[in-house]
Amino acid sequence: MNTTLLIFLLVLLAALLIGIALLAYRLVKGRMPRFSRKSLCIPYAVFLVFFVIIPMLVIFFYAFTDREMHFSFGNFVKFFSDPTKLSTIAYSIVIALITTVVCLLIAFPVAYILARSKMKKKYVVLMLFVLPMWINFVLRINAIRELFNWMGLLGETNYFNTVFGMVYDFLPFMILPLYTTIMKIDNSLYEASCDLGANGFVTFTRITLPLSVPGIMSGVTMVFLPSMTNYVVSDMLGNSMVTIIGKFIYEYFGSDWHMGSMVALVLLVVVFVSTWLTGGFQSDENVRGANL
Amino acid sequence: MAEHIIELKNVTKYYDDNLVIDNVSFYVNKGEFITFLGPSGCGKTTTLRMIAGFDLPTSGQILLNGEDISKLPPNKRPVNTVFQRYALFPHLNVYENIAYGLKCKRVLNTYRNAEGKEYTKKERLSKKEIAEKVQKALEVVDLEGFEKRSISTLSGGQQQRVAIARAIVNEPEILLLDEPLGALDLKMRKEMQIELKEMHRRLGITFIYVTHDQEEALTMSDTIVVMSDGVVQQIGTPAKIYNEPANTFVADFIGESNIISGTVVGDKLVRFCGKNFVCLDQFEKGEQVDVVVRPEDIVMCAPEQGTLVGKVISVVFKGIHYEITAQLGKYELVINSTQKRTVGEIIGMKIAPDGIHLMRPNYTTNLFDGVITKHNTVEFADGEFECDVTQLYPGSHLDEEEYLITAEGEKIDLTGAEVKVEVGLYDIEISDDPKAGGTTGRIISIIYKGDHYRLIVRTEEEEEDFVFATEDLWNENDLVSVIIPKDKIKLTLKNPEEKKRLGGGA
Repeated sequence: MNTTLLIFLLVLLAALLIGIALLAYRLVKGRMPRFSRKSLCIPYAVFLVFFVIIPMLVIFFYAFTDREMHFSFGNFVKFFSDPTKLSTIAYSIVIALITTVVCLLIAFPVAYILARSKMKKKYVVLMLFVLPMWINFVLRINAIRELFNWMGLLGETNYFNTVFGMVYDFLPFMILPLYTTIMKIDNSLYEASCDLGANGFVTFTRITLPLSVPGIMSGVTMVFLPSMTNYVVSDMLGNSMVTIIGKFIYEYFGSDWHMGSMVALVLLVVVFVSTWLTGGFQSDENVRGANL
Repeated sequence: MAEHIIELKNVTKYYDDNLVIDNVSFYVNKGEFITFLGPSGCGKTTTLRMIAGFDLPTSGQILLNGEDISKLPPNKRPVNTVFQRYALFPHLNVYENIAYGLKCKRVLNTYRNAEGKEYTKKERLSKKEIAEKVQKALEVVDLEGFEKRSISTLSGGQQQRVAIARAIVNEPEILLLDEPLGALDLKMRKEMQIELKEMHRRLGITFIYVTHDQEEALTMSDTIVVMSDGVVQQIGTPAKIYNEPANTFVADFIGESNIISGTVVGDKLVRFCGKNFVCLDQFEKGEQVDVVVRPEDIVMCAPEQGTLVGKVISVVFKGIHYEITAQLGKYELVINSTQKRTVGEIIGMKIAPDGIHLMRPNYTTNLFDGVITKHNTVEFADGEFECDVTQLYPGSHLDEEEYLITAEGEKIDLTGAEVKVEVGLYDIEISDDPKAGGTTGRIISIIYKGDHYRLIVRTEEEEEDFVFATEDLWNENDLVSVIIPKDKIKLTLKNPEEKKRLGGGA
């Protein structure tokens, strides 16, 4: 039996059930049910339950059970007593950190110059930096792989290749929030700083930099987290010699779901802590104002 | 003579291709409270920004205590600015904002080394010195105890005070204030005006103040510089500017005034509104003048006692006085008086000689540079107008091919001939149909002259001005087309010798 037909029948059945329910309500109460604004939340609640809460519970369940589905701390102990696993986590973090720092070093001057220039067509230049995002990511990484191959770097400088690929891939995510933040700094603040006797360097360190912190935070979050897990880059450019945490999870789910779930859970904690450290949970609009 | 702390010498400023400051020269005395006053876009803020160093003059010099500072960056000038929207640093608290300038400062300290020789060292101010100075500045602006407050928790008035404290704490030689009270409500503004004036007295430094509010300027300043269109219109004390405006622009911009066209009919005798008046200004007999009479200088009396008699057409209560408009034939006069009148009442009016101020009109005729086209029309001020080219050569006429034949029978091709175009003040009409006239422009100025309006229409490309009188009321900034009747365009050849002859002569 074909799947499309099955889905169609299911939708029909659901519609029928809703229809019957409405009719029954009318017969009993004598009026149609009133929908408050709250009932509009129902689809989202259903979505959250099925696609967020239940999967999380499943991961929790797998992480703390063994193959016989008995509760166990075995995976937890195994993970933290295995030096290869721990070093993989460390590598992932180091690669993500380097990627983030390099992105920041490249993106800040670009964003600063673009935001402060009086150039009329500056959005065109900005667009050029962002344009690669619109080309399929796998295609771009493949192109770099071919380039590295041609230069003889593939398989030689695996870590460099990986970081290079990630910087290339995630740079726009650093430039855009920085650009919007620096754009928003009122020009009169620079003038006021200069008026009060500060030279260009002091103005930069005391005014520009502190005021672009929200953009920096936003960009760091958007680069650091994906670069810990994006194993497509590390696989293709690191010639499968660089294993980051994302790759690890992927491999475990081929054989041992329990261990895979545990690694996923550890990653979740790392992400949680790093988000907390960069102030991502503050609900203050000024801090998150730079988000795209 | 007082010391000139700032002097502008022939300063001109272009933004891209726009002339915003046109050859401005003036000086500021040390310790004075000087105000740049003018409508928005007159160049007053640009002038201030050039003194601060944010904009550099395209040409000309700015002298500070006799030294040229025109090319110096703002951080090297002993000048501090209070910005229009305060420009406080949002990430710093009140204390840090005020201390910002002090932390950038380096002072020369003199020490004696072991051998007893004196030497100087450039040093930062100590934490203690900074704290003392900030404390003092906070006292001046009445904000003690606000040190730790974040900027976003302050009201507009408090932010204003922080901005002033942040500027004066550096003990500048000149304090620049760019419409600092613009964002405050009326009551707050009045209070701050008095406080600023008091601060100026206590600190003894020079204040340069920019505003478009003429009342603010009159209240606070020692000297007012009235600007318009990038040009200084008048410099003087508030009383002088109010009582003796240099031209109709100043008279119209500063306070209320009746501006009426008149004619000098004798020694200190002027005729307007159909009557002769004794005045104090000496002009040549027969000269056309603009007469300025302040509303409070017109005294109402019984109809049989007044020099002028009119009918009250409107009465508006203004708090301390009534603003009464009277109609005398086609003239309208505005009178300020504490006495009430009712609409429809016939009143007499008297004006004392010192209430009548005569000015030479800024414009008596419109002059343009034009070029004759091949269709025997004239091109000037972004447009093309029909005209009578035969007036260039007395006794000439046009032949059937539209060539000019002079009285002597010479055939002349006028195409490309440069001419001076003259159009009288009363020979221009405007229309809101853009195709009705020879060129289009925007109305940039409207001044009521008792029985008519004097308008200035400026064309958009070449920025040529048409000045003329009309009895209709228009709105400023309207796009209108300019109509000039063919026979009202007076042409004269610029180079009469340079004739382009065509073909056979006599």
